[in-house]
Amino acid sequence: MAEANGGLVIRPMDQFEVRPLFGGDMVGLFTITNVTLWMALTVVAVSLLMVVGSRGRALVPTRSQSMAELTYSFIYKMVEDVAGRDAVRFFPYIITLFLFVLFANLLGLIPFAFTTTSHIAVTAVLALAVFITVTITGFVVNGAAFLKLFWVDSAPLALRPVLALIELVSYFVRPVSHSIRLAGAMMAGHAVAKVFAGFAGALGVAFVIPVLAVTALYALELLVAVIQAYVFTILTCVYLKDALHPSH
Amino acid sequence: MAEDTGTSAGMPQLDFSTFPNQILWLAVTLIVLYLILSRVALPRIGSVLAERAGTISNDIAAAETYKVQAAEAEAAYHKALEDARSAAAKVVQQARADIQADLDAAIAKADAEIAARSAESEKKIAAIRESADAAVADVARDAAREIVAVFGVIAEAAAVDAAVDQRLKQGAA
Repeated sequence: MAEANGGLVIRPMDQFEVRPLFGGDMVGLFTITNVTLWMALTVVAVSLLMVVGSRGRALVPTRSQSMAELTYSFIYKMVEDVAGRDAVRFFPYIITLFLFVLFANLLGLIPFAFTTTSHIAVTAVLALAVFITVTITGFVVNGAAFLKLFWVDSAPLALRPVLALIELVSYFVRPVSHSIRLAGAMMAGHAVAKVFAGFAGALGVAFVIPVLAVTALYALELLVAVIQAYVFTILTCVYLKDALHPSH
Repeated sequence: MAEDTGTSAGMPQLDFSTFPNQILWLAVTLIVLYLILSRVALPRIGSVLAERAGTISNDIAAAETYKVQAAEAEAAYHKALEDARSAAAKVVQQARADIQADLDAAIAKADAEIAARSAESEKKIAAIRESADAAVADVARDAAREIVAVFGVIAEAAAVDAAVDQRLKQGAA
């Protein structure tokens, strides 16, 4: 994206376009797109870590097995500590979300890659899935008592209806913030990186400055990719804790 | 900044025509991922971790047992050492007492022997002294008889002897 038609043309959003992989312009329901490709690569990467990595089943783990075990223990402990012991049955579900988000974020950092988690369609589905799971779990486990989540017993009686309204709104805003946080963080970083990269092509000798900026930004993005996956997962655990133990 | 015309002018994220496609593939991906993880990866890793935890706690328990055993062995060793030491002391004591007894017996026997021998010696000395006195008396009688004969006096031998014996008795007294 350098110079075209005499002007500086940087199209930082082009990298987010969903395109069919095998020709054509239409993106139908079953079209194999770059989304398909990069999600498949995410599955491959997760399988490499968790399945191929743990293949040895050694008592003294190899490096790859150790990484798989660390990931497992990290998420297991997070679920146990944040959401409680009885949330452990959701552990496979939560680690699936974590590994998907983590590897989608990390793979998106490869130059020319497509970041599936930068799309609100993807993160919204993830967040809605968590929201629906949490709400159903809340009602199944606690019955109508789940509504106590919105009724703050410790507050003065006069304040309770107001608080209930606030709690209710905040409850329904959760999936929105949950999904937009992730998609926004992914999209912003990648777009900024693309803008800097575009400058590098246009600035001639001074290209060093944007390249350095992109390098620094890339390191930051690496951090963001991991942190966002962590945040997404820990919020899922927090919401699950509310569903399992609705009393404040 | 020149903008392209068409759909990609805004954010591709808000191009709703691609949503069904993305959501479909996301669903497929999540289901595949969930199956892979929950059927293969997680049980495997979980069992390895459990096995390792079991092995470690077993090893720690075994180490604990060995430690206790070692402490017991040490105590037994010290006890044995103490017993041996007291037994040795007893043996030494016994030996000392035996030796003392033997020594006392030997000394007593030696003393008795010495006493017996000195008594015998004294008896011999007494006998010798008696015989020596008798010999002196004989010599004195003979000498007195000779002297009387030389002086030309014919004296009764028995009278001379009696006189000599009397003088000897006076000398001895």
